[in-house]
Amino acid sequence: MAGDGGRGDLAAELRGITKRYGDLVANDAVDLDLARGEVHALLGENGAGKTTLMRVLYGLTRADAGSIVVDGKPVSIGSPRDAIGAGVGMVTQHFSLVQPMTVTENVILGRTTGARLDLATARRAVEAAADRFGIAVQPDAVVADLSVGEQQRVEIVKALARDCRVLILDEPTAVLVPQEVEALFETLRRLVAGGLSVVFISHKLHEVRTISARVSVMRRGRMVGTAPGHTDERELARMMVGRPTFGVDRQEPLWHDGEARLQVRGLSARGNHGLAALHEIDLEVHAGEIVGVAGVSGNGQTELAEVLGGMRQATAGSVTVDGVELANRGPQEVMRAGVGRIPEDRHASLVLDLPVSLNLIMEHIDDFAPGGRLDRSAIEAHAEDLIESYRIKARPGDRVATLSGGNIQKVLLARVLSRDPRVVIVSQPTRGLDVGASEYVRTELLERRAEGAAILLMSEDLDELVGLSDRIVVLYEGRIVGRLGPDESDPERLGLLMAGRDGAAVSAGESIGASAGASGGTSP
Amino acid sequence: MAESRLGRAGMLALGAVVTILAVTGTAFIIAGANPLEAYHAYFVQPLTREFTLLEVLNKATPILFTGTAVAIAFRAGYWNIGVEGQLLMGAIAAAGIGQVVEGWSPLVVLPLMVLAGALAGAAWALVPALLRVRLGIDEVVTTLLLNPVALLVVQGLLHGPWKDPETGFPESPRIAAAAEFPQLSEFIPLIGRSRLHLGFVLAIVLIVVAWYVLARTATGLRVRAVGLSPHGARFAGIRVERTLLRVALISGAIAGVAGVSEVAGIQFRLTEGVSPGFGYTGVVVAMLGGLTMPGVLLAGLLLGDLSVGASSAVRSLQIPSQVGDVVQGTLLLVVVGAVAVYRWRTTREDDRPADEGEPDHDEPPDRPEGRAPVESPPA
Repeated sequence: MAGDGGRGDLAAELRGITKRYGDLVANDAVDLDLARGEVHALLGENGAGKTTLMRVLYGLTRADAGSIVVDGKPVSIGSPRDAIGAGVGMVTQHFSLVQPMTVTENVILGRTTGARLDLATARRAVEAAADRFGIAVQPDAVVADLSVGEQQRVEIVKALARDCRVLILDEPTAVLVPQEVEALFETLRRLVAGGLSVVFISHKLHEVRTISARVSVMRRGRMVGTAPGHTDERELARMMVGRPTFGVDRQEPLWHDGEARLQVRGLSARGNHGLAALHEIDLEVHAGEIVGVAGVSGNGQTELAEVLGGMRQATAGSVTVDGVELANRGPQEVMRAGVGRIPEDRHASLVLDLPVSLNLIMEHIDDFAPGGRLDRSAIEAHAEDLIESYRIKARPGDRVATLSGGNIQKVLLARVLSRDPRVVIVSQPTRGLDVGASEYVRTELLERRAEGAAILLMSEDLDELVGLSDRIVVLYEGRIVGRLGPDESDPERLGLLMAGRDGAAVSAGESIGASAGASGGTSP
Repeated sequence: MAESRLGRAGMLALGAVVTILAVTGTAFIIAGANPLEAYHAYFVQPLTREFTLLEVLNKATPILFTGTAVAIAFRAGYWNIGVEGQLLMGAIAAAGIGQVVEGWSPLVVLPLMVLAGALAGAAWALVPALLRVRLGIDEVVTTLLLNPVALLVVQGLLHGPWKDPETGFPESPRIAAAAEFPQLSEFIPLIGRSRLHLGFVLAIVLIVVAWYVLARTATGLRVRAVGLSPHGARFAGIRVERTLLRVALISGAIAGVAGVSEVAGIQFRLTEGVSPGFGYTGVVVAMLGGLTMPGVLLAGLLLGDLSVGASSAVRSLQIPSQVGDVVQGTLLLVVVGAVAVYRWRTTREDDRPADEGEPDHDEPPDRPEGRAPVESPPA
């Protein structure tokens, strides 16, 4: 499995890494070679064991068996401190930055010795590091004020400032807009040219092919193989999922002109901190149509889904479903009007400590409680039924907390879709799901569309959004800054709109609602 | 890692028992008693004779009420620490009615007193519940702070209008005969002479009803859902605030009936000492019982047993009665601690492989073990 780099020039080697969690083998005798100065992608579905393997290398998880060699020397890594000492750094999915502190303070955190803190020197060191690696960070900025992309750069500088020679990036692009991804890739190319070795964890094929010299593919805890970075996408996908291709077929638009089923007019709402999060949103969704909502997270999608789902107050405007006014009506009335909601935060929207069977009836308990008494055999039968038709891997009595992410999502899907909603508000339906589960969820949504449901889809996965939606609207800072028809929604155009670039140049088809206020952003 | 979950529970249980024996044994030795004899006196002896056995049930009665009151509130995620004050309000209501019903039929008076006590307890619970539900003000603080206020009301009555006219003691006049809870020995020939009264039966009935409602009804499911995940419950269309308000009032009502039971079954008058902290012991009972109704029943009986045993050991083994409190406190801390450790360990182990399950940043923190976040009420 040794790559074309040659054994003499390896930055790190993992040999026979095995990690078990109870019966689950997260890593099964996994080998990995990392050449000096390469971007090495680690590809695999969720749960394939990529993150576990890298947590072992960074000392966050202790392997049950196997050995690690860094720079030709066998090392014993029992903690991140050991890993840092050996020259290994990692940027995890959840950044480990202290939000109220400045960039400088974050970078030197954990590296201070003695009681004295020389911030001025530290600041110069951070500046020097940023210069040396060509990564723009502001040493005095407070982390909480930075965008996600900037925070990620801080994480990278933090790792580099500790002289790491192996940098692990765990799904670094998950939180970035396309332009930020490009900037990240630029940075990585520069860094590897300087001799850094990067492990790039991802499950996005096109990114992997863009940035990596080699790709190692994992599946179900095993290393499937290592291939050159330019390997054909279908081939990589086949290695990853163990079957030729995947994908969903979308038929032509089904809706015809006529009254929209879901109508949103002039909708405004505040976010969690009392600041305006939505400004006069207008949109409509017809029966048999999927309308996608694109946007970088934090631009109002969450609030929009919550207002439409009855979980957040609107400050102005109206929401109607088949003519019934639903703004500020609460979840019961929203559901009664035929709206199904599949929320972004699926964990918080179920009662994890209750069994699957009870979660499945939670939206209409009274239907299963004649005279107030729970009909346990009906509840059980209902659960068996949905478990079978939605292929949920669970028993009715299992606590939802014990299920995998994909099965938790299926519980929500089953709960909502089994009631034949006429309107579906769905947020991030496949976030964190593996390819198989994602495909299943998308197929279900398309099936609902074929049956005439009006679907509003919020997703940060642009491929998914473009693949599923009949039309796309783009949210930026709580306003709709672009509306794209079926043939206009290429990722680049979407990316520009999402990043708040002037949308006028790319608008087509329908008019742009209330985009004036958002057009003052940066220009290319 | 290969250790099964059952094995882990077993190890923890063993560790808990060893800890309890070590701590309480030390307390007994310091008190100058042989630990084995002391355990026997505390836990076994009371169960060996009919009179003391009935007294165990009698001692368990008020804490079965308060334990139930606390447990159902906690199950909904409403942290009612004000059961003590709500109990006192029920006791005042019972004593007030008991003074003015001379010559009425007990069939009228007893239901009336129970109802009035329940209303009084619920009324005392109302303000903190409204503050929590409408304004998000922490009920732990407000319910707790109302307890000494309730005691001041009792003292005000006893030193003022209700002072016993004959003795001049701060005790209300004895309640009418019609207002006394009948003793069970009057009805059930098998039961020997004892103070055990109607209140015990009410407590048992209450626990059965509470168990049924929580486990088997739509209402109970809503309460459990609200307690386990307020957001998840609200998302599913359950009216969280309304549920919390109702549970708070029912909890207060049960506490009020505990007060009625003490006045009408044991004291026959209102005194400042009508409750030696039954409301707080209720928290102990509820926690020891794992907030389940069978657990509350067992824990209430166990503490009743301990209470009778501790008071007889004062005489038989010269162990100070306070050692009983040490035993009770040790039980609480160790059992609750062991349960917390068990849940934490199993949760963590369960969660570990899920590292890769969610690449996003919205994973909820561990289990919402403590307080649920207060959410703003919907319109």
